[in-house]
Amino acid sequence: MKAAVITFPGSNCDMDMYHALESFDVDVDLLDDQASDLSAYDAIFIPGGFSYGDYLRSGAVAKFSPAMDAVKVAAENGQLVVGICNGFQILTEAGLLPGQLLVNEQPGFICDEVNLVVENPDSNFTNTMSKGDVLKVPIAHGEGNYVTDEVTLKELEDNHQVIFRYQENVNGSMNKIAGITNKAGNVYGMMPHPERAVDALTGNDSGRAFFESLLHAVDQKARA
Amino acid sequence: MSTQQTNPMANEPSPDMIAEKRIYADWGLTDHEYDLIVDHLGRRPNYTEAGIFSGMWSEHCSYKKSKPALRKFWSKNERVLQGPGEGAGILDIGDGQAVVFKAESHNHPSFVEPYEGAATGVGGILRDIFSMGAQPIAVLDSLRFGQLDNAKTRQIVDGVIAGIAGYGNAIGIPNLGGEIAFDESYAGNPLVNVMSVGLVNQNEMKVGQAKGSGNTIIYVGAKTGRDGINGASFASAEFSSTEESDRSAVQVGDPFLEKLVMDATIDAIKKYGKSIIGIQDMGAAGLLSSSSEMASKAGTGIELNLDLVPQREAALTPYELMLSESQERMLLVVQKGEEQPVIDLFEKAGLDAVAVGTVTDDGRYRLNFHGETVADVDIDFLTNAPEPKLAQEEPARLKEASASQYQPNVADANQVLLDLLAQPTIASKASLFRHFDSQVRADTVVKPGGDAGVTRIRGTKKALAMTTDVNSRYAYLNPFVGGQMAVTEAASNLVTTGALPIGMTDCLNFGSPDNPEVYYELHQSVEGITDMAKRLNTPVISGNVSLYNETDNKAILPTAMVGMVGLIADNKNITRAEFQNDGDQVYLVGTIGDTFNGSEIQKMQTGEIAGQLADFDVDAAQANQDFVLQAIDAGLVTSAHDLSEGGLGVALAEATFPNDFGLQADFAGTTAQLFAEVPGRFVLSVPSKQATAFEQKMTETKAVVAKLGQVTKDTVIAIQTKDGQVTVDQKAAKASYQNAIPQLMAE
Repeated sequence: MKAAVITFPGSNCDMDMYHALESFDVDVDLLDDQASDLSAYDAIFIPGGFSYGDYLRSGAVAKFSPAMDAVKVAAENGQLVVGICNGFQILTEAGLLPGQLLVNEQPGFICDEVNLVVENPDSNFTNTMSKGDVLKVPIAHGEGNYVTDEVTLKELEDNHQVIFRYQENVNGSMNKIAGITNKAGNVYGMMPHPERAVDALTGNDSGRAFFESLLHAVDQKARA
Repeated sequence: MSTQQTNPMANEPSPDMIAEKRIYADWGLTDHEYDLIVDHLGRRPNYTEAGIFSGMWSEHCSYKKSKPALRKFWSKNERVLQGPGEGAGILDIGDGQAVVFKAESHNHPSFVEPYEGAATGVGGILRDIFSMGAQPIAVLDSLRFGQLDNAKTRQIVDGVIAGIAGYGNAIGIPNLGGEIAFDESYAGNPLVNVMSVGLVNQNEMKVGQAKGSGNTIIYVGAKTGRDGINGASFASAEFSSTEESDRSAVQVGDPFLEKLVMDATIDAIKKYGKSIIGIQDMGAAGLLSSSSEMASKAGTGIELNLDLVPQREAALTPYELMLSESQERMLLVVQKGEEQPVIDLFEKAGLDAVAVGTVTDDGRYRLNFHGETVADVDIDFLTNAPEPKLAQEEPARLKEASASQYQPNVADANQVLLDLLAQPTIASKASLFRHFDSQVRADTVVKPGGDAGVTRIRGTKKALAMTTDVNSRYAYLNPFVGGQMAVTEAASNLVTTGALPIGMTDCLNFGSPDNPEVYYELHQSVEGITDMAKRLNTPVISGNVSLYNETDNKAILPTAMVGMVGLIADNKNITRAEFQNDGDQVYLVGTIGDTFNGSEIQKMQTGEIAGQLADFDVDAAQANQDFVLQAIDAGLVTSAHDLSEGGLGVALAEATFPNDFGLQADFAGTTAQLFAEVPGRFVLSVPSKQATAFEQKMTETKAVVAKLGQVTKDTVIAIQTKDGQVTVDQKAAKASYQNAIPQLMAE
């Protein structure tokens, strides 16, 4: 698999994602916000951090970068696009995923490990898991409170676009939503950080299942 | 509206006015110091010159009053690659790698503007680390506040926590720990001490020196504005409750810009390390101190053209340009003729990078502005403030202190334990530090909440443990022993993770050194730290001094904070503080006597701390630490926790909390001694099948090790003592420990 990690000025989880992918022997390129052609990549990762400082709304500036134009093209081409934390915020700002991430219900940044429940085990990101499986994954955000309008929320649920829910609602998200895909299933965003949980030495490797699923999906696609 | 260009300096007082109205005194210069300057120059200094002397001769920049104490620190051993005097100290950790660290205080600004004060404290210490060429890998903070029943204190706590989170989380350097304690002496003078640790390849280390006449001074990063003007002088004065604090002397931080500066600086050193002669961050007294110190260290001179300094406000005067403490700025000295690639790299990152001056060989500090020379002084004179001789006097309370130890009331020992667990200094701080990103960079092995934070070094089997510590109540009762105990406690924290302590930094937080009793405490604390540092082979490689922490002539407790780093050679030995398995055997390493003066239980039951601190057997503490490390290295230990505030009773309870175990223990001492405090004691858990091997080791050590009992899957913490027992529900104890701070903060 060939992957790209896009580093915006202010991204700070780019190297974590890079190292996580490397630990699965993925061929990874680090690209910057000027990247214009992403056609060579099976999967494109938008990492966590504070893109352009995020002094406005999180992700609100990043969506205007050339790289995001290229990401839109890749998404339309059916390549996998994954946004983690700030990446999720950027994807919603860019309109590639529905809804928005507001300030946590209890305002303030939270760093913790939380249980995620697998809602849809058939996605590109959960295909090695079963419905109801629980993964303990790190979170680190101040704006992770997922909201959308009622029609969209119903659509998300009806189309099985909700991939993970929080076991306990840490940030006030509607329907405890932790991660969603677009309708086509190739664009995915989540607030938790699976890339921080890939090595047993750090006390948590439960994020590996996420990457294994993604690799499996790419592999299946290549065979198809 | 007039369009006429006026000289911003036109309204500045003349040299004669400065003398006659003693304007220099408002900036902290004494009459004697002013006279020395006049004598040296052979004339009265102009406004710019008087200003730069006031900045450089402030205690914050010159350490003129603390230097006699600082010279007592021990700073050399086989690992030390860089000792005090640079942005940060550096220790060899093998494989061509080195660890870089320093702690710094941001106390005064954090009282006036808690958010920005704390945020820029993080920013400042990070620049110290990456100015050495190192990648920062961790931040720790040692915080002291007044009691939480005070609304102003709660507001300061909220602001400081949010400020550290706001800056540290955005820049993406994990917060690996530290400690938070509360005492009313800090109500008007909270302490915000921030430590940062970095990693560098030894062949990429840099120092802040302006070598080589003709080389170019390059200004990098944020533009200069009017924030924090003469903040160094502000930080060198005490507060008064009747005077408005000086808000304009507090800087404003921009972590996004700092991240750009950090990444670009590290990148520039990797790519153009040969061209970059020296780097220093612009901290206290900004452009002034960074440029003059770099030249002073190299024995050169400096000439700056202030018209070239990037500015974000109009009509800045030379005084303002030199003394502004605008954040996120660095000064580089680059080999003449090799500037362009370095400038290009910073500009590509969206940063200002401007040649603003040159290194000279005449030892002068010369500033040009609008075609005029506005300052021309000798650099050695400027950077070596006269050191006043200050008196020391042992405080009366120490001379008169009673030798007898406080005898706690433990009639209801169960309640005593529950109450101690809810004391703010002991209770869980998770509700505060959960706002800090402790896992970014994905290298964190032991997160905050244990005895020390641990981060792995990617690509090696090594890991680094780090901690900060001081119990200022012990130092209040005996500053020398308090210093020894702070070092012992920090080293104990590291040892519990399996790390060998290798070196330390410090923040010396005290009241006014002009008070002979405070000055005595400062010297004694340093001597106590040095004594223990030598014994443990942990040199002091960097540090910081914060004096004048007093309001209305009432000083804080003497708080010589120690930040320490330990090396773990093989990450398979990393050990945690909490019990891991039902059935593991629990041992106590070290002896416990009636040491209650200065303890949490004395404070809780009497409302004060008093009496003499009990004798402290440093050899025993060291033997205990050695034993713990050997047992961990031998792979016999599943958890290790050191005893600190609240003693053995609290340590045992804490070890049950994270994984929800019970405990069945027999303690040979008294019930009261469960709450005695003395550093360098440990609780270890050992798997049953390793117990024989462990007990064999017990016979081979000078340390006194005794079996206490075992970890259970019950929900009870039960400790039999010589004269009674403590039996508490584990869930009730944990609730007491976890809920205390959130409840107090919610009031």
